[in-house]
Amino acid sequence: MKLTGAEIFIECLKREGVKTIFALPGGVVLKIFDMLHQQKDVEVVLARHEQGAGHMAEGYAKATGKAGVCLVTSGPGMTNVITALADAYMDSVPVVCFSGQVPTSLIGNDAFQEADNVGLSRPCTKYNFLVKDVNDLAVTIKEAFYIATTGRPGPVLVDIPKDVSMNKAEFHYPSSVSIRGYNPTYDGNKWQIKQAAEALSKARKPILYVGGGAVFSGASKELIELAELTQIPVDMTLMGLGAFPGEHPLSMGMLGMHGTYWANMAMHYSDLVIAVGARFDDRVTGKVSEFCPGAKIIHIDIDPTSIRKNIHVDIPIVGDCKRVLQELNQMLRATVNGEQKALRKPWWEQIKEWQRAHPLSYEQDLNGKIKPQHVIKRLYELTKDRDPIVSTDVGQHQMWTAQYFKLAKPNRWLTSGGLGTMGFGFPAAMGAQAAFRDRLVLCVAGDGSVQMNTQELATAVAHRLPVKIIVINNGFHGMVRQWQDLFYDGRYACSDLGTSPDFVKLAEAYGAVGLRASKVSDLDNAIREMISIDKPVILDVPVFPFENCYPMIPAGGCNHEMLLSDTPELKKKMESAGKVTPEDKDTVLTA
Amino acid sequence: MEHIISITVENKFGVLSRVAGLFSGRGFNIESLSVAPTLDPSMSQMTIVTSGDERIIEQIVKQLNKLIDIIKVVDLNESEFVSRETALIKVHTRQEDRAEALRIADIFRANVIDSTASTYTIEVTGDSKKIEAIINLLQPLGIKEIVRTGRVAIAREPIRAALTPAKKVARE
Repeated sequence: MKLTGAEIFIECLKREGVKTIFALPGGVVLKIFDMLHQQKDVEVVLARHEQGAGHMAEGYAKATGKAGVCLVTSGPGMTNVITALADAYMDSVPVVCFSGQVPTSLIGNDAFQEADNVGLSRPCTKYNFLVKDVNDLAVTIKEAFYIATTGRPGPVLVDIPKDVSMNKAEFHYPSSVSIRGYNPTYDGNKWQIKQAAEALSKARKPILYVGGGAVFSGASKELIELAELTQIPVDMTLMGLGAFPGEHPLSMGMLGMHGTYWANMAMHYSDLVIAVGARFDDRVTGKVSEFCPGAKIIHIDIDPTSIRKNIHVDIPIVGDCKRVLQELNQMLRATVNGEQKALRKPWWEQIKEWQRAHPLSYEQDLNGKIKPQHVIKRLYELTKDRDPIVSTDVGQHQMWTAQYFKLAKPNRWLTSGGLGTMGFGFPAAMGAQAAFRDRLVLCVAGDGSVQMNTQELATAVAHRLPVKIIVINNGFHGMVRQWQDLFYDGRYACSDLGTSPDFVKLAEAYGAVGLRASKVSDLDNAIREMISIDKPVILDVPVFPFENCYPMIPAGGCNHEMLLSDTPELKKKMESAGKVTPEDKDTVLTA
Repeated sequence: MEHIISITVENKFGVLSRVAGLFSGRGFNIESLSVAPTLDPSMSQMTIVTSGDERIIEQIVKQLNKLIDIIKVVDLNESEFVSRETALIKVHTRQEDRAEALRIADIFRANVIDSTASTYTIEVTGDSKKIEAIINLLQPLGIKEIVRTGRVAIAREPIRAALTPAKKVARE
């Protein structure tokens, strides 16, 4: 029997096991929406902005490990979703985005709402397709899901002209895909893995450097085994958080620009680095020429282009992290014995000393303004038993969450690492909540970043996605302000937000719940209340506005040269400024 | 250092811009590029001349390999190869220069493929140095227009394994 393109689209989604898509309609995709309206298998979450739909698909994908799907219209629908596609591309998130296109007869004619969707998305997708014939639609969709989810995952765009969605074709869904130019390598080279195992059992000061690839390949179990076998400390990147349990005695927390002192020091002074699904981003390496000067480097990654892109690698292993680690562990089990603990003892003593010297810390005056770190710490302590999914926007609050919220498991951490997209957190949290209706999903946001996508509150309310947003409200684009404090003599060019909405009223305007905790003593109760409400909630927390995020490696700096706190001059300035401003800002916030 | 990279790609729309976009997006330079279908009409062959240090060339080759429409990438500098370029040179020829133009063409084993009352169009094929040399000699006569194909190159020995169709990968 012949089906229309729109019917084929839905059949394909069903075959791929897609339960939820995030979408916003428009003229050229009306046929598809009409068919979606007439079926029950695929839930359509109507976003308020295509960027929101894209981030929701990302959140869904990061939390489930499956492809997230979004559907947008041509022209402006497509240009709006570009940010989310670029974000997914940078963070290797499997997203399949369907865009509508003007009818094939009008392509290239500057038709109404026409854009070159394939051209626009080319630099920020793993692959993209323009379907010119309805007979190609099913196989194209099959290939799109295959490409998005295999190898190094990434976003794939399928552009569907209006006539393709209306024309009819026989429906055949292929059972397998063969693309001659695309053959990801999953199994690592045995000889190289053997080299790695030998280097590892000999090293005196080794360190594991774990990135997002470890999360995507589901290598957590293997990582824990490797670390325990060899008694090796584990540094995680921003994207790698959760791949290894944050509270495990071998966990060093996050490394990099705002990583812990000991994580960065251990990296710098190590004699062997094993990078697992991490790409030596500039926020991790700092000054490349002085990165890990005494270390041999093993790099495990499914993407050969990641290897030797930024730094020299001694033992490259192209393959899936999980499979390579399984093999590595097998070799190590045969060779290592009880000696490992003794061998690493001096190394651990050194690390413990670094930990003692400069722990993560902040001072919370019980009668003063709430410190942002304190909010994250309490949020963590009060919710950890519920195994929450945590998303963040981008900025200081993101780094504090990475430092203080210790994730126990992978796929709990939704954050925009590579592109650093403000406005990511809230829609991503909604995507995760749509996948896991019963889970606690938290979104830590800044007052600046959350405003980039607050319109999605309407979506959260309409679709009963009880996401909990905690606004770390400091009245600034905080990270920008911090850089201006440190590198621009404190000239706050466009970082002072001045007037922000009353977030409690904003929540209420959308039919969500707004709460506020202004005093330290209110905080715990507010968090508890927030969790207990089965609706989307914004918890507004006005915080001390001049808190800076430390440790910090200045951009291009060297990993062992961290700024650990405000300089005395800066401290003095912040204190005197802090005396006037918070109260002034409070009148706006509580008016 | 200059490298000649030979790329086998899917013969379908948009592939050229993916390749060109990869170069521009990552700040690599293309010095010349030529494309044409292969014996198998579903594939095209590209020859790209680019330059960079070892690290950059390694990245270029890896990044090209990563593109889904690219079937095979070979850095020809890793083996022996021959390369050729063709130029069409339109020379202004007064009556008294005609013999000189023919003589120069003859030296370079070039052909006059068209002539008008005031021009010869000379076709010359060879390596880049030869093309530069004939241009230099023809210049005094007055060159009106030049088009060059960019280089094409082929390895002297068969390149490693023959192309094999992709293994079928079943999805769970």
